[in-house]
Amino acid sequence: MNVITDNSDLFLTGFKNTGILFVISAFFALILGTIVAGMRVSPAPAMRAAGTVYVNFVRNTPLTLILAFFALGYPKLGLPSVDFLAAAAIGLSLYTATYVSEAIRSGINTVSVGQSEAARAIGLPFMQTLTLIVLPQAFRSVVPPLFSVFIALLKNTTVAAGFSVFEAGAIRAYLSERGEPLLPGLLWVALIFVVLVLGILTPLQRYLEKKWRVAR
Amino acid sequence: MTNPAHAPALVELKAVNKHYSALHVLKDINLEVAKGEVLVVIGPSGSGKSTLCRTINRLETIDTGSITIEGKELPAEGKELARLRADVGMVFQSFNLFAHKTILENVTLGPIKVKGMAKADADKLALSLLERVGVGHQAAKLPAQLSGGQQQRVAIARALAMKPKVMLFDEPTSALDPEMINEVLDVMVELAKDGMTMVVVTHEMGFARKAADRVIFMADGQIVEEATPENFFTNPQTDRAKDFLSKILTNG
Repeated sequence: MNVITDNSDLFLTGFKNTGILFVISAFFALILGTIVAGMRVSPAPAMRAAGTVYVNFVRNTPLTLILAFFALGYPKLGLPSVDFLAAAAIGLSLYTATYVSEAIRSGINTVSVGQSEAARAIGLPFMQTLTLIVLPQAFRSVVPPLFSVFIALLKNTTVAAGFSVFEAGAIRAYLSERGEPLLPGLLWVALIFVVLVLGILTPLQRYLEKKWRVAR
Repeated sequence: MTNPAHAPALVELKAVNKHYSALHVLKDINLEVAKGEVLVVIGPSGSGKSTLCRTINRLETIDTGSITIEGKELPAEGKELARLRADVGMVFQSFNLFAHKTILENVTLGPIKVKGMAKADADKLALSLLERVGVGHQAAKLPAQLSGGQQQRVAIARALAMKPKVMLFDEPTSALDPEMINEVLDVMVELAKDGMTMVVVTHEMGFARKAADRVIFMADGQIVEEATPENFFTNPQTDRAKDFLSKILTNG
């Protein structure tokens, strides 16, 4: 117990940054993932190809490499500089978006083709067919896989510790600097992750599943 | 009343061919539908009749030939095609009401999003149409809460809300329980009486006799026979048609 009370500053700052990383990355991953899923079902072959290449390229690259690129490679490109937290958020968003995209695409496939045919038959163009008819129904069936993706994202944020971001994954290193016992420290970190998942993400998932349950 | 020679065709198919890989589903189809005409398309399953119906609003593309509506060629995918589809109402075998929207929203969506109608006007239009097809009191429900017959009448109202020039019906009663078929057919007969141009894929001879101006019989991707309903049902000319009619008549 002493480890966490004596070092509450580490735990507070660490998990605060984890929270920031998670919320920003989840937000952008959801938006980007939805757009990419839309591209992959688009009638335009170029859009489909771009979406497919992006998903396969980024999804098959280890997260560590992606974060390494944004922390170490990106600054050398001469583009506007970003701090390590922002760099990690960009990397996590791009990486997670591929998984979001695949989850949503599987949801799109559960919506019967008759729904989009009916939408097209009343004169809705592709974008409106997608956003008004297909996606709202697709989202309902992908709440569980989408939350798996976000739970994975929450834990993936700890990889950013390796790239100079002080978040929960970095707490161990700081504890060791202060000469604190590591095992209890790590157990506390693990416990807090469990509490975050079971206390926030899982209830949110259950709430959305209930709210969006659709009569078919 | 059928197809006066000088009246321009509302829908015209010329030498239309379509393949599903090796299968030749539409073979050199030539067909005209005049304004106000009610055309019934009949034929065994796999004859290409549904495909034919779906090519008219390009839910199915064609390989060769041309399809025109009011003299204008069907545009390729894109904004132009969406605009054209707004003028061609479609009613599906499986209703295809938007499952996450209320009955009222199902009908108002097109007028609001495609035609830019104000919501209040669209609601008024939708309610009057729902009233006309006999489901006005169900407006706030979701599609799954309605019977099949009610859903199909809503689907007709949804198509009518776009004020289409022609309505396509792709086996509109085939997925319905027998006792619900008539409530849908009655609405369609009313539409026909009001002068709507209709292309109806159906096996309902009652409807064909009551409302159709002309019947075409399809088999193996071709139009095999074309006649008035009375002539077709009482005096079919081809063996294919005779064979088919004997089957649907004995099966009731």
